[in-house]
Amino acid sequence: MARVVVDVMPKPEILDPQGQAVAGALPRLGFDGVTEVRQGKHFELEVDDSVDDDTLAKIAEGFLANPVIEDWTIRRVEQ
Amino acid sequence: MTARIGVITFPGTLDDVDAARAVRYSGAEAVSLWHADADLHGVDAVVVPGGFSYGDYLRCGAIARFAPVMTSVIDAAAKGMPVLGICNGFQILCEAGLLPGALVRNDKLHFVCRDQWLRVENNTTAWSTRYDSGAEVLIPLKSGEGSYMADKPTLERLEGDGRVVFRYVGENPNGSRSDIAGVADERGRVVGLMPHPEHAIDALTGPSDDGLGMFYSALDALGVAA
Repeated sequence: MARVVVDVMPKPEILDPQGQAVAGALPRLGFDGVTEVRQGKHFELEVDDSVDDDTLAKIAEGFLANPVIEDWTIRRVEQ
Repeated sequence: MTARIGVITFPGTLDDVDAARAVRYSGAEAVSLWHADADLHGVDAVVVPGGFSYGDYLRCGAIARFAPVMTSVIDAAAKGMPVLGICNGFQILCEAGLLPGALVRNDKLHFVCRDQWLRVENNTTAWSTRYDSGAEVLIPLKSGEGSYMADKPTLERLEGDGRVVFRYVGENPNGSRSDIAGVADERGRVVGLMPHPEHAIDALTGPSDDGLGMFYSALDALGVAA
């Protein structure tokens, strides 16, 4: 078994209104100096050793992310 | 012959009943299609209605596109079957790759619910021949993730090929690129739009009967008198 982390983020050119709303709230909470927030998704997958990197890429590109609007990264993490 | 138009129900679909009513109003037979059943039951066209399929989990339409019924819809669309995606149905057709682009969260995060004027930009698709080109129609819009996004080359191709079917008139309600409310596939058989034509079929229940033209258009495309 291995833990695989897939992070999905809106592409830089795609407007991220959720991130903007978070950024807009921070000064109201007294936190200054945060100039930008982008909000994405973080997936943690427990996978069998038989699952290769190509398969993980298919899962990320074909399902967890929509490549029209999102970028994704995959990394295996030590447990 | 009476045309048979399928209306799909996923878990979380809301507007299948109104879509079926609109199909019946147009004179066709409405056939209920179930997400888990790959059999299209011999329908001549398919409507993918609005709602929140699978709770909008992951992304709007991302899970619905893998439902057994969608595999059959994708196959049928490749053979030229008219397919209409409304709101969540539009999102599903984009996720399925039947239409280009994607729908993302409205700018300013507002859920928009209002009667919206649209301009008919292409009256040659299977779902829009009953409109005059440039006609303005009043159709309810109710969505939180209705902002149409596509990369620049895709937008230029859509504009160049006349595949923008409907455009928002007046202030852009959700941040959609180029004020796009609805688009078509290359052959004009598959159309998706965020506003709800099935909610605008008579004066009793909607702001107009402007939406009915989409369903009449499909009957024309199928060669059935309405």
